[in-house]
Amino acid sequence: MRVLRHHLFWPVAALAILVTANTIVRPSFLRITVQDGHLFGAPIDILRAAAPLLLIALGMTLVVATRGIDLSVGAVVAVSGAVALQLVAGSADPGSPVTVLLACGVAVGLALVLGVWNGFLVTVVGLQPIVATLVLMTVGRGIAMLITGGFVATVSSAPYKVMGSGFWLGLPVAVWIAFGLFAVVAVLVRRTALGMLLEATGINPAASRLSGVRSRALTWIVYAVSGLLAGAAGLLISADTMAADANNAGLFIELDAILAVVIGGTALTGGKFNLLGTLAGVLVIATLERTVTVIGISPHATPLFMAIVVIAVTLLQSPRAREAFALAGWRRRATKEATG
Amino acid sequence: MSVLEKQRTPGSGTASGGHETRGRGRRLDRRYLPVVGTFAVLILMLATGGIRYDNFLTPAVFSNLFINNAHLIVLAVGMTFVILTGGIDLSVGSVLALSSVLTAVLLQAGVPVALVLPIAVLSGTAIGLAHGAIIHWFGVQPFVTTLAGMFFARGLCFVIAPESVPIKDPGFTAIADWTSWMGYFRTTSAVVIALVVVAIAFVLLHVTRLGRTVYAIGGGEQSALLMGLPVARTKVLAYVVSGTCGGLGGVLFAMYSRSGYALTGIGMELDAIAAAVIGGTLLTGGTGFVLGSMLGVLVLGLIQTAIQFEGTLSSWWTKIVIGALLLVFVVLQRVFTLRRR
Repeated sequence: MRVLRHHLFWPVAALAILVTANTIVRPSFLRITVQDGHLFGAPIDILRAAAPLLLIALGMTLVVATRGIDLSVGAVVAVSGAVALQLVAGSADPGSPVTVLLACGVAVGLALVLGVWNGFLVTVVGLQPIVATLVLMTVGRGIAMLITGGFVATVSSAPYKVMGSGFWLGLPVAVWIAFGLFAVVAVLVRRTALGMLLEATGINPAASRLSGVRSRALTWIVYAVSGLLAGAAGLLISADTMAADANNAGLFIELDAILAVVIGGTALTGGKFNLLGTLAGVLVIATLERTVTVIGISPHATPLFMAIVVIAVTLLQSPRAREAFALAGWRRRATKEATG
Repeated sequence: MSVLEKQRTPGSGTASGGHETRGRGRRLDRRYLPVVGTFAVLILMLATGGIRYDNFLTPAVFSNLFINNAHLIVLAVGMTFVILTGGIDLSVGSVLALSSVLTAVLLQAGVPVALVLPIAVLSGTAIGLAHGAIIHWFGVQPFVTTLAGMFFARGLCFVIAPESVPIKDPGFTAIADWTSWMGYFRTTSAVVIALVVVAIAFVLLHVTRLGRTVYAIGGGEQSALLMGLPVARTKVLAYVVSGTCGGLGGVLFAMYSRSGYALTGIGMELDAIAAAVIGGTLLTGGTGFVLGSMLGVLVLGLIQTAIQFEGTLSSWWTKIVIGALLLVFVVLQRVFTLRRR
């Protein structure tokens, strides 16, 4: 019964069920082949599809840990992709790596500024996070449209495209970027006191401030990081399609990210957070999307399946269900002691 | 000015209590400041529009403001209930789509209108009830629950009808076509329904015990519980109201567009939330007015009208202006709540 109560149990169980279902329908689901030194197969595809969401969910987890929420990440994705592609397209030599690096730098820098703006509204002005980020969520896509002039700009640039479809050491570049950043943030947060301070802020902002935690600065940094990671995700998404779509790039990705965080067992009320859980949540969502096509259901029905999985996982994680499990475990122990 | 007059009537007192007009006689209660602010913005926008464009201040523009936004008014009313209890409902856009798709598909299948309309509205009620039950009994957060509900309703839309379904049922079109002239103002059945919903919500919130409980829960759920108020029932009911409004909004949207399409209403929940916030409802719950939300919808609609009059194709300016306005309002609200302490 202790396994049942482990925070990673339900997300991992959901993932296992999905993978099993896929393997039953298509036995070759888990097969990975090597072509030209690159790895190919459904699991690799899932990892690559999950890369942008992983970045965003990572930032979202930290924001949620401070009792916040960041609704603007989808808009930041659109802005970042639009800026980078517009700069590449407008340059004299779209194919040169220097141009691409510069464009990416500017785009991510702008995303960081947007994150800092969110942090300013939350910590200095004192707005509720949901309202503060709702503003940028609305305005952001407008800004992205201003940048692209309302058109879906397509660009061809080999070095830029590498982020979307290139390989390095057998794995897609996008996977390296996303998992690399995930590892960096995870080490920063979990191998230093930073994570604990974030949790303290989320559990009780006033008390942690009184005990010397710089809650306000931490909260501000977390929104900045969320913006930065969303900017990076914007680069990955735009490199995948090589088009700056102000309307549809990263549409509803904030909701997917919040779902991933929740499936991963981090409560939206703030406090204790769980990065590995978020990773599991992201993989559940990415696998779910893949599952729908493997099983042969219209991709339009994806939201329905997503809703069912989310409702199941959140209900199983809900305080009531936990109570029931705890009670069952206690009863079993009690009977064991009585008989043995 | 009738809106403001109504708000000052004694019956409209909220149960949040604690901050009455401090003996300053006839000065306006601070609680009404955000609503008055929204009203002032509306007047300002009308005046600016009237100066800037010909034919802006015409009955036709006013009529269209209501006709084009009747469904959104209904959604904003439901959203106000939920936000007042300190919750949120992210599903209303999808519920609207589901209801409109149901309406279209059932009518196409030859089900009589008298049966279709209640089914469409009740589909929203059912989803709202499910939300309330999960939020209350399982302690799952409103944000997550209604997010799942949003995906659920949207997915269901596509399963029922992935493509746009036209509505040709004579009974339904007759209802949708009904118009009446009040002087120079054209009202459709949808507008009448929306205004009736606003009136009912106004009475429910400001006159009945249910309304006082809604405000009390938003003011402090623990205190409301300790006061012996029916917190569980009222909270669930708030989501039922919001779901029902979503269902009704779907019917109104089907009347407006003469079709049901699974992709309608994407992002409409955010419009409803923005309308409520612009109308002076605090997202923390406990403070807000349903008439304010209606004014909020009108402000959003007027922004779109103004941009149409401007004649540029730049729909992105709509988003930027709405966002900027939202920011101004929430910052002002923040200033007011700070001063109150």
